[in-house]
Amino acid sequence: MSELSVKHLLGIKYLTEKDIHLIFETAAQFKEVINRPIKKVPSLRDITIANLFFENSTRTKLSFELAQKRLTADVINFSASMSSLKKGETLIDTVNNILSMKVDMVVMRHSSAGAASFLAKHVDASIINAGDGAHEHPTQALLDTFSIQERLGDVAGKKVVIIGDILHSRVALSNIFALQKLGAEVRVCGPSTLIPKHIDSLGVGVETDVNKALEWCDVANVLRVQFERMSASYFPSNREYAAFYGITQPMLAALDKEIVIMHPGPINRGVELSSEVVDSHQSIILDQVENGVAIRMAVLYLLAAKK
Amino acid sequence: MSQKLLLSNEDLRIILYRLACQLKETHDDFAQTLLVGLQPRGVRLAERLVHILTDHYKVANLQLSKLDITFFRDDFRRGDKVLNPNANMMEASIENKRVVLIDDVLYTGRSIRSALTAIDSYGRPAEIQLLTLIDRRFSRHLPIQPDFCGRQVDAIQNERVVVCWEEEDNEDAVYLVNK
Repeated sequence: MSELSVKHLLGIKYLTEKDIHLIFETAAQFKEVINRPIKKVPSLRDITIANLFFENSTRTKLSFELAQKRLTADVINFSASMSSLKKGETLIDTVNNILSMKVDMVVMRHSSAGAASFLAKHVDASIINAGDGAHEHPTQALLDTFSIQERLGDVAGKKVVIIGDILHSRVALSNIFALQKLGAEVRVCGPSTLIPKHIDSLGVGVETDVNKALEWCDVANVLRVQFERMSASYFPSNREYAAFYGITQPMLAALDKEIVIMHPGPINRGVELSSEVVDSHQSIILDQVENGVAIRMAVLYLLAAKK
Repeated sequence: MSQKLLLSNEDLRIILYRLACQLKETHDDFAQTLLVGLQPRGVRLAERLVHILTDHYKVANLQLSKLDITFFRDDFRRGDKVLNPNANMMEASIENKRVVLIDDVLYTGRSIRSALTAIDSYGRPAEIQLLTLIDRRFSRHLPIQPDFCGRQVDAIQNERVVVCWEEEDNEDAVYLVNK
């Protein structure tokens, strides 16, 4: 019988390698569950979960909600547009009000880095970080590494390059932590304006030539260009970004091996990935989405068990 | 901690052959029957029965499924332990099949209740029977009784029935352990 070493899922940074493997083992069983004729189990039937999305999200929110419903949890949703934050209420007050209605767990996305950790210190409920600013997005990294393990058998010893907007990406940071904890070698690749300074202090190699990065790697995790987070011009135009960093079928065909292509979505087709690449058999983008539900079920199940 | 031998290797062998024989008597060629071992300890018993039915009684095409009831248990979050799941391998559909649930020890009946709920996810079977190696009578929390039973045991609450299998415990035997 094993359990997680943490009460909250705030970031991959706080998980041990053993925790990650436990989540993977549990997720594998849930993946079987969601492929049954009846895709639902009653484990969390006495649990109420609040999904607090202070920042827009479509797929993460859907994926969490589906995971919760597959576990028979009761779900309440809350999004920024209808929140009392606009009326001047503080985050702690908002959450404590929700918890007074006997809510057991909180899934939160927030535009400020550290929002989930802050909440975990001040309220009495299990907190799951569904993305905090440009800090961490732990469930995304878990489903990414789980998908790599599923495709390649193991994460340890694999070479993974994360390509694109590293500067604004919480997916990149969580992935770096998860991959390193599982023993993979990580490099980042992108225009130098979108690579954070001092990223080498995390033990990550930097490559600005996308062809060299593809030659080196076993897996390329391609990130979305986050136009909405960019307050200044980091590159001249979309077309120029696509020309220098977009991955196309001929580039993959020129390699002497077959690499795995991943993307956390939503994809800007024709910018970071060409349509051909997105739809090719090398892409595991839709597996990532399916695994996302299983991973989130595992995280919810294991954290609920800690209460 | 003291332990008493309930069933020796030889006792267990006789019982397994009898249970297999009873199954054969009720299910004939097993064409509409699905044997379901409960994870983790019921699967070993189910495998033994399948072995005897195949080798000794020459039953062909026996279907053995493994059902994990972890996510259906009623004690999630009620104990100190996290319940970790085992692999689940069920036939895609049990619609109109005759299902035999197989577990090693029937105690409170709660695992079987969970298994009955879990089975629901795969369709509506024609009938469900229960086979257990040991029936700890007088300790039931629910109105559940086995259709096929190896041995009835009267054990008090702080005693535990431990079933050992050659494959994992180096011997075939059943012990009554005083905690």
